[in-house]
Amino acid sequence: MTPDRRNLKLAVDLGGVKFPNPILTASGTFHYGREFAPYIDLHKLGGVIVKSLSFKPWPGHPPPRGAETPSGMLNAIGLQNPGVSAFCDHELPWLVKQKVPVVASIVGHSPEEYMKVADRLRGAPGIVAMEVNISCPNLEDPTTMFSSNPDATGKVIRGVTRVASQPVFTKLSPDVTNIVDIAKAAVRAGTHGLSVMNTALGMAIDTETFRPKLSTFTGGLSGPAVKPIAIRCVYQVSRAFPDVPIIGQGGIWTGEDVAEFLLAGASAVAVGTANFVEPNASQRILDEFIEYLNRKKIRDVSQLRRMMKDG
Amino acid sequence: MSAKAQGAWSGPAEVFAYKRLDDPYHSLTLVAPEVCSRAAPGQFVALRMPEDRSLLLRRPFSIHRVDRRPGWAGTVEVVFDIRGRGTEMLSRLRQHATLDILGPLGRPFRFPKEPTNCLLVGGGIGAAPLLFLAEELRGHGHRVDYILGGRTQDHLLRPIEAKRASLTVTFTTDDGSTGYRGMVTDVLAERVRVTNAKVVYTCGPVAMLRAVARICAQMKLSCEVAWEEVMACGFGACLVCAVPVRLDRGGEDDWAWARCCTEGPVFSASRVHWERVEEAGAPSATGAGG
Repeated sequence: MTPDRRNLKLAVDLGGVKFPNPILTASGTFHYGREFAPYIDLHKLGGVIVKSLSFKPWPGHPPPRGAETPSGMLNAIGLQNPGVSAFCDHELPWLVKQKVPVVASIVGHSPEEYMKVADRLRGAPGIVAMEVNISCPNLEDPTTMFSSNPDATGKVIRGVTRVASQPVFTKLSPDVTNIVDIAKAAVRAGTHGLSVMNTALGMAIDTETFRPKLSTFTGGLSGPAVKPIAIRCVYQVSRAFPDVPIIGQGGIWTGEDVAEFLLAGASAVAVGTANFVEPNASQRILDEFIEYLNRKKIRDVSQLRRMMKDG
Repeated sequence: MSAKAQGAWSGPAEVFAYKRLDDPYHSLTLVAPEVCSRAAPGQFVALRMPEDRSLLLRRPFSIHRVDRRPGWAGTVEVVFDIRGRGTEMLSRLRQHATLDILGPLGRPFRFPKEPTNCLLVGGGIGAAPLLFLAEELRGHGHRVDYILGGRTQDHLLRPIEAKRASLTVTFTTDDGSTGYRGMVTDVLAERVRVTNAKVVYTCGPVAMLRAVARICAQMKLSCEVAWEEVMACGFGACLVCAVPVRLDRGGEDDWAWARCCTEGPVFSASRVHWERVEEAGAPSATGAGG
């Protein structure tokens, strides 16, 4: 049953980027949307953050690419994608037709590659914002990711904001000494907003076969297992930069999880791993969130980010 | 393509029966009329683990059989061996328990257009989809012969039903406890000649699929392989279940990762890029969680 949404203000405005409701789908968990069309009305979502796009096609890693861990999963897809041009030609027109705001996640091996993707997406219809996935090895120093170094983060974001025609959100990794330092580098480089957080680096080993469970040995941990880390990251970043809009993500499974992220300081959220288990998870979570708002007599979702009692 | 794509059915399914089969196999029959009516051999269902929500992901299972008897709610049967906590939990379910099912998923076996002699080759738990396939092939007027292999007699999946569903069955076991002592591929060429088979359908461990595909290529037979790969979602969104395939325009190096769940799990053996297939990390048949 659809809950009562009369008198509710669900629309959110993230520094000029408007979503009809605060529940988006997270990059890498929703492909380009088509697989979900049989299960969900895409136009009812707040927005779709598509799987990360590189300039040229990336093949991805060999299997095994996934492993379940308690309340979570590890993945090592390797950012497999057909490249930004194929996306624009074959996927974006269909997605735009669904009347859902599209956020393009972009990725590269160098600041120049990120800029080439952003340039290819300049003025692309239906794309309301860019999410920059900086959790990617830096070719200049392949042992580190852009996301773990303030200078590398700054370089990528400065380049992308220079060429992008859309507002830019920087997606932060939790695997850093101090996430506020990386957020600061992104803000100084001109990011409009922040996505908090990407997966946490993890590993699992099969004790029967003695093999790591992923072909790449380590991979990204997602799901409810990481939610407290994500809440902490959103909280730290939002307190340091109260005026920078945040898309919170990490293990969201229920309407209450959405509320928790907004209380921590996010303005919107993205549902990730839950999409794999329930193709209609984002719709269910939105319904639950609306019930929550009614129960707590909160009329405007944007109030929640100021309601955590910290005194 | 203006119509909304047909998705799999998703919802609660009641356990109609749990059966302990010969060691090490278990069978679970679920009341799922919407899945039952649409299912085709080679497709799978993704089951969500009840009770323990720390077991996050669905587990994929080949559809072993369906029961479409008129006047009954349609049922879907899956068979499994215990690979981890998820399958262990499934083995404790009894009548009237419910769990969430998503299915049918994936691309089924393709059938010959004209009446054809078909040979089924199954190994271990991998033989799961072949009973359903045998029944449907015979229903469409094809001749069905079957090679069923396993480590020991106890590892032959449903040998009596296999005999009922096909004209001849050849058993192979690694230890010779039943039938031919050796592998299914040791008897394949001879069974093809005796049965005059034109199409081979196979499901089992990757090493077996590779060997079957090689023999079929040498004998110029059409061969379809049902793949098992670690999955997370089962409907094409996560890109976890990667299978290397040749691209149509195809030189030797022109290949890509295909999604096992939507482009498979049944592939034409000639489409698989066998040189890229790793056997080392042989994945479990029951998904990322076991």
